[in-house]
Amino acid sequence: MAGAKTRVAVHKFSSCDGCQLAFLNMGEALLTLFEQVELVHFAEAGPLNPGTVVDISFVEGSLSTAADLQRIRAIRANSDFLVTLGACATAGGLQALRNIADKGDWVASVYATPETISLLENVTPISAQVKVDLEIHGCPVNSRQVTATLRSLLAGITPLDERDKLCLECKRRQHVCVMVTQGMPCMGPVTRTGCGALCPGIGRDCYACYGAAENINMSSLGRHFSTLQLNPAQISHRFVSFNSADPAFTPEPAADTARDD
Amino acid sequence: MEAPRSASRFLPRKAFDTLLSALRDGGYDCAAPVVRDGAVVYTRLQAHDLLPSGISIQQAPGHYRVEFTDSPRNFSWANGPQALKPFVFTASEPLWSVRRDPDGELRFTEADTSQDPVAIIGVRSCDLAALALQDRHFLGGDCVDPHYQARRASLFLVAVNCSHPSDTCFCVSTGDGPTASDGYDLLLDELDDGFVIQAGSSAGQNLLERLPLASPTGKQLQDITRQNLHAAECQARRLPPGNLEPALFANLDHPHWQTVAERCLSCGNCTSVCPTCFCYRELDRGSLDPDRSEHVREWDSCFTQGHSYIHGVTIRAGTDLRYRQWLTHKLGSWHSQYGRSGCVGCGRCISWCPVGIDLTEEVAMIVGGAS
Amino acid sequence: MSLALHGPAAAEIIACKQESASIVSLTLRLSDRALADRFEFQPGQFNMLYLYGAGEIPVSISSDPSSPDPLVHTIRDVGRISHGLVRLRPGDRIGLRGPFGRGWPVEDACRRDVIVITGGLGCAPVIPVIDYVIQRRRDYGRLIIMQGVKHSDDLIWRARYDAWAEQPDTQVLLAADVGDRQWNGTVGPVTGLFKQAQLRTGNSMAFLCGPEPMIRACVQQLLEKGLPPDRIWISMERNMQCALGQCGHCQFGARFVCRDGPVFCYADIRHLFGRKGF
Repeated sequence: MAGAKTRVAVHKFSSCDGCQLAFLNMGEALLTLFEQVELVHFAEAGPLNPGTVVDISFVEGSLSTAADLQRIRAIRANSDFLVTLGACATAGGLQALRNIADKGDWVASVYATPETISLLENVTPISAQVKVDLEIHGCPVNSRQVTATLRSLLAGITPLDERDKLCLECKRRQHVCVMVTQGMPCMGPVTRTGCGALCPGIGRDCYACYGAAENINMSSLGRHFSTLQLNPAQISHRFVSFNSADPAFTPEPAADTARDD
Repeated sequence: MEAPRSASRFLPRKAFDTLLSALRDGGYDCAAPVVRDGAVVYTRLQAHDLLPSGISIQQAPGHYRVEFTDSPRNFSWANGPQALKPFVFTASEPLWSVRRDPDGELRFTEADTSQDPVAIIGVRSCDLAALALQDRHFLGGDCVDPHYQARRASLFLVAVNCSHPSDTCFCVSTGDGPTASDGYDLLLDELDDGFVIQAGSSAGQNLLERLPLASPTGKQLQDITRQNLHAAECQARRLPPGNLEPALFANLDHPHWQTVAERCLSCGNCTSVCPTCFCYRELDRGSLDPDRSEHVREWDSCFTQGHSYIHGVTIRAGTDLRYRQWLTHKLGSWHSQYGRSGCVGCGRCISWCPVGIDLTEEVAMIVGGAS
Repeated sequence: MSLALHGPAAAEIIACKQESASIVSLTLRLSDRALADRFEFQPGQFNMLYLYGAGEIPVSISSDPSSPDPLVHTIRDVGRISHGLVRLRPGDRIGLRGPFGRGWPVEDACRRDVIVITGGLGCAPVIPVIDYVIQRRRDYGRLIIMQGVKHSDDLIWRARYDAWAEQPDTQVLLAADVGDRQWNGTVGPVTGLFKQAQLRTGNSMAFLCGPEPMIRACVQQLLEKGLPPDRIWISMERNMQCALGQCGHCQFGARFVCRDGPVFCYADIRHLFGRKGF
């Protein structure tokens, strides 16, 4: 339709709101964006219209409560294309850690009136409940990713899936490897690229906030971490953090990452 | 082959700055090795910056540590993660851009390839050999890469014979070091009190003639000969000798590929630090301005899934096949492509492999000939 | 000689033809008319087609080399860029670099029988060979065209096959793994056509293009029937980024498919052909 702008909504579930900042941080580029899209719902930025029909919905956060389920189904029904935004929406986020803990204890320790909280048995990524058309990984995602995604979708092109290991980007930027030079337990060799190798660029180890890359070898990295004096629990915590509901970071029984050999 | 020593001069350490000044007067920026974030990396020197001294590097598989000694020497270490590759084959660069006019026509503009001249100080013989191989790849065929060509032409190379190889070095076994035979503009041999310096090109000769330097003494020449011999003799690592292409391709089903794959992270660090690896991918990058796009290339690796992906099929899905592709190419099919192995013995893939996989050991397991 | 090596030349889509549910032929004309006048290609060569804002893919040229303006590229909707290309409309612009690679050795096949065996859209790169032979019919021996598809609906260019079948000393054999009720070709894999093919392997040259498992099976048949390996030619596909023999992706052993191929003599590649991982 000539002249018609693409209708976009940004929704939020259990999350810290940080991924939505990738839109707000775009700065002047937002002016160019608004020439092409109509932002019909984006609570963090102003417009409120949660029930409206849109071309593209961006969804931040994971599903924690029964009310979340109702809402995500409605969003799916109202959206031609649904994009998950960040680690919570794509892989559970930090709150999915309660799946492997006693959720009763957790809720009681956080809320004054835990009986008012209607929790789902497990925290899930969006794709566990509704069809997701595209996932953007990261905790948080950045403006470059959102820009590239919007640019492609507005042109009718499938966005590039960035699945390589972080190490490649780290080396392209000529960062010095913190694992080889300092013995830090860097997760770069199993972590999906996209952040621009931020942490190794300031001399610290990657902690896998972008989730699993393709074809990862958790066993080998886990064994290497044990030579860096990490104990099995510490090794498993390296994998189970922001993306604990990512099946790629869930070790097979036969390939226990925490194996101490 | 040893370069002729007849025209050599002695550059006292305290006069090293005169060399840098002469390079700057000749229009060159100077890039020199300094320690950053725990490794020796090239940095553009500002006027009056001093080269660091007393650097000592311990390298082992998956291990690299810098220590400082009170040695006055500037080059008493083997290498850092970079070779010359980032200077000539840049990790990420635009190839062309395109503008879409209101009538829909596309206007393509090739990226500017102009480069400012840069002198690189402290280049090792392994990296000169690797540069010669990259020259053959990017400049030697029917199609010359204009980006590489411009960067290559902008270089002035001040090499230094390697006096302190690391434990990961094996350039003697590949025939690429530790002394440089050609490919440099100037060549240094470092002694405690200064450098024996000689030219390897007319540009180097012109520059050397502008420096008021005396000839080295016979003792100094004897000292560097002994030093170079020692540097060669201290290398314990080696590749199996000869052209390994037939043996590698005769062992494509060897079970050891899978054994390596159990350790290999398929992370591509080896290919990134390899001074001869040339794979790159191309992609478009655009802002939200729908009427402009930029087409870039960036280092890629045969250890990625995307490297061998073609409409629904990944030809090398498993790490065993990816590692095999790397090794059979690097040590095998390079011979058919470029007349020699693609390995110059710098040892970077060993040191910078996070889990310390050593290609000299792996290839020996596969083709035999372990030392 | 490639005309646009490092940066693409603009080209306008002047016609789009939906050949099947997932296959589209784009007819395109280089915007720079001087460039168009100089553009020539060999049967079996390919161009890099650039989808604005996305990137490039290699696509073989399926039109007749004797009339290189406009050019026809037949594209299957299988990936990120092809998906965008098949949706273009007349008047849309793309970028083009090429032509690249070594094509079919049609002149070496002179005075021989020509066997063309293709599967799926593998027919597209070989169409120029068939055109070439038909235009010089007396210079060639028997022409045998064998084409296999998964489903009879996937067969494109039915009219062309029918017309070729009318040519003198020309045999056209079609196979579909699954045929609909109108299908009058063979049902089954393309290798099933060998029973009917009037092959004379003593003085023939074979040109094959299609999915590699199918090519392997057909090469095996040809070898068993006595065709020597150096008279079997195969067009190969690999990931290509540059088409200049530099990006490294298309390496097949020591060969760069973009530069040393895409058409290879089977005798030169048989040591790796069909090997997992190459």
